[in-house]
Formats: sequence, structure tokens, C-alpha cells
Amino acid sequence: MGPLIGLIALFILISILNIDFLEPSNLMNLLRQVSINAIIAFGMTFVIITGGIDLSVGSILALCGVFLAAMIKGGMNPAVALLVAGIIGIVLGAINGLIITYGKVAPFIATLATMTIYRGATLIFTGGNPISNLTNSEIFHGFGAGSVMGVPVPAITMFVAFGILCFVLQKTPLGRYTYAVGGSEKVSFIAGIKINRVKIFAYAITGFLCAIAAAIITSRLNSAQPTAGTGYELDAIAAVVLGGTSLSGGRGKIVGTIIGALIIGTLTNGLNILNVSSFYQQVVKGIVILLAVLVDRKNH
Amino acid sequence: MKKLFLLLSLVAMMAFIGGCGSNKTEEAKNEPTIGFSISTLNNPFFVSVKEGVEKEAKKLGVKVKIVDAQNDPAKQANDISDLIQSKVSVLIINPVDSSAISASVKAANKAKIPVITIDRMAQEGQVACAIASDNVKGGEMAADYIIKRLGKNAKVAELEGIPGSSAARERGEGFDKIAKKELDLVAKQSADFDRTKGMNVAQNILQAHPGIKAIFAQNDEMALGAIQAVKSAGKHILIVGFDGTDEGKKAVENGSLAATIAQRPELMGQLGIETAMKIIKGEKVEPKIAVGLKLITKEAK
Repeated sequence: MGPLIGLIALFILISILNIDFLEPSNLMNLLRQVSINAIIAFGMTFVIITGGIDLSVGSILALCGVFLAAMIKGGMNPAVALLVAGIIGIVLGAINGLIITYGKVAPFIATLATMTIYRGATLIFTGGNPISNLTNSEIFHGFGAGSVMGVPVPAITMFVAFGILCFVLQKTPLGRYTYAVGGSEKVSFIAGIKINRVKIFAYAITGFLCAIAAAIITSRLNSAQPTAGTGYELDAIAAVVLGGTSLSGGRGKIVGTIIGALIIGTLTNGLNILNVSSFYQQVVKGIVILLAVLVDRKNH
Repeated sequence: MKKLFLLLSLVAMMAFIGGCGSNKTEEAKNEPTIGFSISTLNNPFFVSVKEGVEKEAKKLGVKVKIVDAQNDPAKQANDISDLIQSKVSVLIINPVDSSAISASVKAANKAKIPVITIDRMAQEGQVACAIASDNVKGGEMAADYIIKRLGKNAKVAELEGIPGSSAARERGEGFDKIAKKELDLVAKQSADFDRTKGMNVAQNILQAHPGIKAIFAQNDEMALGAIQAVKSAGKHILIVGFDGTDEGKKAVENGSLAATIAQRPELMGQLGIETAMKIIKGEKVEPKIAVGLKLITKEAK
């Protein structure tokens, strides 16, 4: 409940300062802006609940983005290219999971390594240049820039992902195992849970979600940037933490994460609309994250 | 929970006081406001552009909303949609990437907000006026200067800017055109317009090609990094920068930098606001403004 009240408070305050903030077109605008971070953060929630962390999300996003762009530029049907990019994302995420489980490398180190490897691979693949002017396909552009009945398509994608992942985490055995593994690996092991599989799934789903986020950005900009996604891991972790998920694992909810992402997005959008200098914006963002965690800690 | 509410309120209030004491919604509706999206403020060159914008806006008494994309094209798209949302009269954009900005320019076109670009251009979409330095010419000037100082066929290295950015492309194009014919271009690597990276890349290049006589850096930040690398290697190498930032000019004065091709970032920002005001008043503007470059050396400032 804490994060939701925080979000509402933020909404009220920004609206008092500038009523334009509440215009429906701005709220839709906000949802479009939030969707990318939220989608990545959903995956990050799974990973963090298992007690891990994934620093490579931005790099996976960039690598999937340039592959997707190259395939589309090569004349592949955008829908098929999207599917292939999704599979690439799953593979890259699963590699993280394999290194962590079977290689017994700490998640922080493993994904720090793959973060630079995937980024390097992206730069090698593109020669450092963006891949631009992909296609005129309306369907592909719609994925990042379009709207259905006024609601931006990326926001719809975000809500669909939200619904599915909420269900997986709260209602399926896999979800319960995810919490169990993060709560105590020893107990999970004794209970016969296949810990490695659960962890690999968490990283693979994160990879897949990064691919979706990559598709949204690539479609929106009609261009894939090899430097895309730099620093996105921090925004995703911030959203997860703001949503009340514990970094030590075993506790947290996807619904918290979407609110966390909305808080970060609202801050950026609201402060832009209020014409606050971008230097102050960064300080404010940091303070909000810090306060949320401090308050959260007091409540538990 | 109550605490969280209070704390968040506090933070929002702080932001309000910190940044936007001037925000009066009622007046803003009638007054023209200019929106300015800048690629990054983590680089003195763009800070100078911003200062030019701010000064000229203050002089002409017009309000400017400034947003910083922090070198992320996706953030810039968000920033610009925020500016379009707050119904600015004219948009001045300093794109992070020439191709990725196209979608945002088109969005502004759709909202019937005229667009001016500064420094980098937009590949697609309608731009009322593009203000930029003649980068190709600048690259040629740098190559010519090195030839003048060291003679033909001297071994040179080139530090490139952010791959794919039009500034890096054009400066490289101008330099390479002459260097490939009349100099010996042994190494060419990207250091992303960044000082630290410039130092590291220059170190690597010096390691790999000890016989280098000159380094051309596509901006002053990288050149300043290269100076550090050359110093710690204990070598004497002619370094030519680009941009003519304050620090770059100082380095030219104390001799550590041989020359810099000076851009005039403040003038660019100034011209941006001037042009925006012309558009607001309904006057005609030139579709392209080429801002002159200047070779700065210790002898000729």
C-alpha cells in the first residue's frame, strides 16, 4: 500500500502545481514513457525475488534491438523478426541463469560480466553505428508509436505482460517456487524444488522482456542504437525497490513494481512539465528512492 | 504509510522550490514558450549551447523550457513528448542521434510545432531551420594544419566521436578525405567524445603505434584526454582538437594542445532563440544556418 499512496501523493502534488499534468493526453504520454522501464522491471522482480540481480538488462536490450533492426532491414517480416528477437532475449537471459546456477557465480558478478560482453557484441555487430530507416511497415511502427482507442500500444503491452506475470507469480507452482528459492535455498532444496530451473527461468523471462522493450524502443525510434539501454538496469532496480520488493529475496510483488515504475516515470514527466532543471531532477529521483527504502525498512 | 506520504510531499515541494519558482500556469498560457531539448549537459560544449540559449532568451524576455536527454535517444523522445504536451510554441532540438530523432520531429510536425535543430540534424521530418557548424570543412582544416606543421605522410591517429553521430561522421569525413591522401592514418578509434575514454584510447594507440606524430581528436574533451596519455607516455605529439571549448583554448595557450577547430556553441544557442523568435513573429527564416569555424592556435586566436 505504501508505494500506491506515494504515487497518489505525487499525482496530487504535481497536479496542484500544474493542472496540465492531468490532461488525458499527458497521462497516456506518461504510460508510454513508463512502459519500457516497467517491462524490464517485471523481469527484474522475478530475479530479485530469487535473491539475484541482473545488471545485463540494458545490454540485452541493445543486442536484441540491433538484431531485430538488422532482420527487419534485411527484409524479414516484422512479426517473425519480433519472435526471433524474443527468442534471442530468452537465450541471452538463460545464459545468465546457467552461469549463475551451474557455474556457481554470484549474480552480481555474472551479469556484470555479461553486461559488458553483450554490449561489446552489440558494438561488434553494428560496427558502432546505429541501424536506421528500417521499414515503412505500419504494424511495426504501431508497436512502439501507435495507440488503440487512445491508449498507447506499449502501455497495452505492459498491462498484458503485467497480467500474465502476476498470474504466474501468484497463482502457479512456479511462482511459489520463485518465492521459496529466494526465501531459503536450503529449505527449497529439501522440499525438492529444482532450484536451478527456477533461477534460470527468472533470468530467461527477464531476457525475453528486455527483447520486448527493445522492440518498443526500436519501433518508436525506427532505429536501433548500439548504446541503447545504458543505465536501464538501475532504473529497473529502482522501480523494483520502490515497489517494496526486498533486495535480499523471497518477498515482493509485480504490482509493487508497476507502481514503482510509475513513480519514477511520474517524477520525470512531472518535473519536465514543471520545468525543473534536469540536474535537480536527478537529485530528487535519488532522494525519493532512498526515502522509500528507508520508510519501507521501518515498516518491517 | 503516513510517513511516506509526508516525505514524498516534502520531496515534491523541494523540487518545486528548487527549480521552478517562475512557473506560473496562468501566464504561461498566453506567453510564447520555447522548448529546448538538449542531448547532454555532461559536456561543456553543450553547456555552452545551453548558456547561449538562456542568455538570449533572457535578453529577449521569452520563456524557455529546457530538458536534458542524458545522451539517451529514448529519453529524448520522452522529453520531447513532454514539451509537445506542454504546448511550447517552437521546439529547439539538439538531437542525440540524427536518425532516431526523426520520429520526434514528425510528432512535433503533427502537433504543428515548428522545429529548429542545433548542431546535429534530423534525417526525416520537417525542420524549419537547421543550425550547425560546417563540420566537414572543420575536419579538412585540422588535416591541413597537421600537414602544414609536420609535412606530408606524417603518421597520425584519429579519435572518433560517438559512432554514427553526424558530428563524428562529418568531421571524420573531412579529415579522412585529406589524411588518406596526404598523411599516414595508422589508427582510428572511437572514444565517444569523452575525456576519460579519450585518454584510454590514446594510451592504447600510443602503445600499438609508437611512431605516431600527431593525433586528431574529433572534440576537445577527447583531445584533453589524449594530452594526459601523451604526457604520461613522455612523448611529444602534435594534438589537434575540435570545438574550441574554454578548456581547449586554455590548453592551446599553454601549448599542450597545438590547435583546436573552434565551434561557437554559445552563438549556436543564441541563433536558436533568435530564429525561434522570428518564427513566433511569423517572419521567414533560412532553412539552414552554417555557423563558421575558426582555427585557434597559439599564434592565431
